[in-house]
Parts: sequence; structure tokens; C-alpha cells
Amino acid sequence: MKPADSSPPTNALLEINGVSKHFGGFTALDGVSIDVGKGERFGLIGPNGSGKTTLINCISGALTNDGGSIRFDGEEISRLPAYLRTRRGIARSFQIPRPFGSMSVLENLVVPLEYVAHSGSLHLADTRGEAMEILKGMGLADKADTRSNRLSQVELRKMELARAMAARPRLLISDEAMAGLSSNEISEVLEILFKLNATGISIIMIEHIMQAVMKFSQRLICLDAGRIICEGTPESIVENPDVQRAYLGA
Amino acid sequence: MRFFLGALLLLAIAAIAPMFVRLEYFYFAGFVVLQFIVLATAWNILGGFAGYVNFGTGAFFAVGAYSAVALYKAVALPLGLQILAGAATAGLLGLGVGLLTLRLRGIFFSIATIAITIILETVVMNWTYVGGAKGLPILRPTEIPLHFTNYTQWLFFVMTGIVLIAVAIARYIQTGWIGRGLRAIRDNEGAAECSGVPTLKLKLAAATVSGALMGAAGAPFAQYLSFIEPSSAFSLNYAVNALAMPIIGGTAHWIGPVIGAILLGSVQQIVTVTISSEMNVLVVGVMLVVFVVAAPEGVLGLWRRYVLKKGDE
Ligand SMILES: Nc1ncnc2c1ncn2[C@@H]1O[C@H](COP(=O)(O)OP(=O)(O)OP(=O)(O)O)[C@@H](O)[C@H]1O
Ligand SMILES: [Mg+2]
Repeated sequence: MKPADSSPPTNALLEINGVSKHFGGFTALDGVSIDVGKGERFGLIGPNGSGKTTLINCISGALTNDGGSIRFDGEEISRLPAYLRTRRGIARSFQIPRPFGSMSVLENLVVPLEYVAHSGSLHLADTRGEAMEILKGMGLADKADTRSNRLSQVELRKMELARAMAARPRLLISDEAMAGLSSNEISEVLEILFKLNATGISIIMIEHIMQAVMKFSQRLICLDAGRIICEGTPESIVENPDVQRAYLGA
Repeated sequence: MRFFLGALLLLAIAAIAPMFVRLEYFYFAGFVVLQFIVLATAWNILGGFAGYVNFGTGAFFAVGAYSAVALYKAVALPLGLQILAGAATAGLLGLGVGLLTLRLRGIFFSIATIAITIILETVVMNWTYVGGAKGLPILRPTEIPLHFTNYTQWLFFVMTGIVLIAVAIARYIQTGWIGRGLRAIRDNEGAAECSGVPTLKLKLAAATVSGALMGAAGAPFAQYLSFIEPSSAFSLNYAVNALAMPIIGGTAHWIGPVIGAILLGSVQQIVTVTISSEMNVLVVGVMLVVFVVAAPEGVLGLWRRYVLKKGDE
């Protein structure tokens, strides 16, 4: 584990430069620039409506940014359709879970395994076995055959992460995966994310649960009203007066 | 393997049927039911598997029928090639409508299929080469292939072949990775895209295959009636039935539309004979309402619940 360091990484995996996004007359993102390094654990915080999910949508391709550039592994990706970005190695979980409701939990994971991890040599793959391995890691193995629209909120959030992992990403973006989880479950998910990160995967964590995101991240940024108001180590962020103002509305 | 042996067996039965069943009406009515199996199966590939509802089955059917008629009149194309030509044009129509509307999620595709029906019917009404609004009588070929004693028996056999091909395609799609991708699209298109599913490509492929099969079903239509006219080829009946049959049978599995088509198609043939053909629409409407309310997963859902005693895992 490399020491917490607030300087931007030199070996950037994701380079976001001056990205903006408007919804009609409303500016949701206003010239956001971020670099995320290979293997980095990166935190993204900010009050409700500050643009965190919008930024993730622009990175993953669910939305197209209006201005600026998004480069992944050195290549511009901001005009690629979402599925190609996933195939290049960007996977995400959804803040409001979006299960494939008519499928079993296992099948939910088979989709990205078939379409990303093994798209090319599908005939050689034991996608179900692999899906089962991931579910075991998430503690969802006993739910493998349950139809996913029958899961509880907590299980759905875990499945969101598991499905993102099944795409075998190089960058995993977790959008409030821990909301509503008990403190035991939070430690569980944190541990899983730490383990994933140890295999070299960069992780962007969006989280309102400060304890978790501060513990996890090596570097954070705080968004407010679509702008980055500060950037730094967990320690510097908590002490930053702008962050305190944004959160406490003081 | 079992599936293909079963398919061959059915084809063989259709081939030797004339030795046992001489009643002409059997072939005449049976042809319609077979036609509906193809239409329902084709509709389900896009509407059932991927959740994009086509209200214009009549247009695809008629495009198949009129392509066949035009080529038959022009160069006396044999039936097999008429069917291929009908499938090709209707497949292109599916691709075209898809390219225009499937970039967007939601109901745009459905609206476009209604529009395309109206537009194409108007075009054909004014196309005098194929008879325009008055219609065109068709002289069937005098030679009847194989051992069949009349042309309707031959058409019945050919339509059985189209059914088997359509069902084999639907089954192939449903049971593999393509089907899983389409299901992911139906369940949540945004999540599908983020799971690496090329949603637009899959939707276009499904629209093309679905359209092509509808066109194949329509191609022998003029030969069957010895006549073609726009109002029957573009009939709303096809749109309604192609949608009602999978819903009644169950959309999740390839067998659903087959069950629905046999059920609804047979009931309609019986009603036509015993009461009147006008009653058909009423029958479809009532059955559709009953199923949507009482058994939203169709006959297949009832089967799972009451025979296999599974919940909805
Ligand atoms: N598709 C959209 N159309 C219009 N406005 C949108 C859309 N998506 C987001 N917004 C607006 O953009 C702003 C930022 O939303 P976003 O979801 O990115 O916030 P967030 O930081 O993720 O908030 P939260 O912590 O509540 O999840 C909000 O004011 C929201 O209403
Ligand atoms: Mg959000």
C-alpha cells in the first residue's frame, strides 16, 4: 500500500480535464478536472446534488459531457458508447440499484462476464463458475439462484458491486454502495474493496459515510454545486473550512 | 439435438399428412395457424425478449407478401426464392425502422411501427403494378411440387418449414448470450450498457431478424389466397394477434408464442366457422384482457405456478 499522498499521480489511469455538463440552463458540472492513478483509492464527496453521480455518469458513458475531455489509459473516451468504456475497463455500481430483475442473481453477473470479460472467447469460459466465485466473495453465494427483484436493499447494493466486479474492471466506481448498510456490513464491503484494490484495480468511492470514505481513500476531492472546492488527503479534507461550510451549511 | 429431431419429425408429419387427412379445410385453416406461429415467434424476439413493442406486424407481413407478388409477377420467381426475397425486404425494413428509432429508448420504435404501416399501405394502394387498392388475382403455378395433390397442401408444408426455422432461431437467441443481452436490455437498458452489452447493435439485430421472419410468413400469402389486396395484407389483425399470442402464451420462453398462437389461432378458426369471422377480434380482445389481468406471465406462468409448483424464482 502506498502512503497517502495528496499530489496527483504521475501514472494517471483516468484523466478528466475541464469537464462540464448542463441540464437545460442548469450547470451540474462546471470545469471539473481530476486525475486518478493506477491502483489508486480515490474518494469523491460532496453534499446532495453537488454533481457526484453526474460526473460518474459522464465517466461511464451514461451521459455525454458537454465540454472538456475524459481520457482513460491515455485515450480519449468521452464520445465512446458506454458499453465500449466498460470493455476498456471502467465499471460502476448504481446509486439506486438497477438489477436485471427477471434474472437470478447469478445471471446478473453472467451478463458482464459474457459481454466484457469473455467477449471474444466465450466458448472457453465457465462464466457461471466465475460468477459464483464473485458472489462468494461478496457473501451472496446463498442468493445465487434467487430472482434479483426479490433481494433486499442491502443485497441489491452488494449485487451492484458484484456485477461491476464481474466486468473485470481496471477502474471501479462505487456510487454510494454503503448507504443503508449496518456498520458490520460497511466493514465487510470496505474489506472487499481493499482486497480488490490490492490486486491493482483503481477505485473511485462516492460515499456520504465519512468514516468509510476517509478510511478508504488515499486522496479525495469535494464537489459542491458542480465545482471542485478542495482536493487532498483525508486529514486535510476534514479540516478544510470550505468542506465544513459545504457540509454544515455554516 | 432432441429439438432438431422433433423438428424433423414435425416436418415429416406435414409431408405425409395428405395421406391421412384429405379434408381440404384442414390445410386451409392449418396454414393460418402456422402463419400466426411464425408471426408471434417473430414478434416475441423483439417484443418479448427485448421489450420493444412492434405495433406494425401487418406492415412487415405485407412487405413480405408484396415483395413476393411483385417478383412472381415480374419473373415468375419460385416460391422458395419469393420467401427469401420477402424475408430480405422485411428484414431491411426492420433494420431501417430500427436505425431511425432504436437509438432512443422507450416508445419511439412502437410509434414508428404504427406510422410505417399507414405509410406503406398508402404506397401499395397506389402501386398499380401489384393491383393497387383493387387488389390483384394470382394464378398459382400449375405444377404442384413433390407428391402433394393440391397447392394448399404444398403451402401448408412450406409454412411448416418456416415455422420450424422461426422457432429454431428464436430458441437459439433465447438460450444463449444474445438472449441474455436482450433480457438485460428489457430489464434495465442503462445497466445493460454498463455491463458491456452493445444495446443498439443487439436491438437492431433483433429488429432485423424479427422483421425478416414476419416477411417470410407473409411471402406465401398471395399464393394461399390466389389474390392479394392491401386491406387484407396490412390487416390490423396481424398486429393484434402477433402481440396477443406471445402475451397469452408467455413471452419469456420461445415456446410461449407457439402455445399462444396455437391456442388463439385455433379458437379463432373455430369461431370463424361456428359464429363469424367478425367475432374473432372480440375473442382476441377478451382473452388478452383476461390474461393480462389474471395471468400476466401467460400460459407459461400458469404452468410454472400450478404444474411445476414453483414460485417466481
Ligand atoms: N438527468 C438529469 N436531468 C436534469 N437534472 C439532473 C439530471 N441528473 C442530475 N440532475 C441534477 O444535477 C444535480 C446533480 O445531481 P447528482 O445526481 O449528480 O448529485 P449527487 O452529487 O450525486 O447527489 P446525491 O449525493 O444526492 O446522490 C442535481 O441538482 C440534480 O437535480
Ligand atoms: Mg448521487
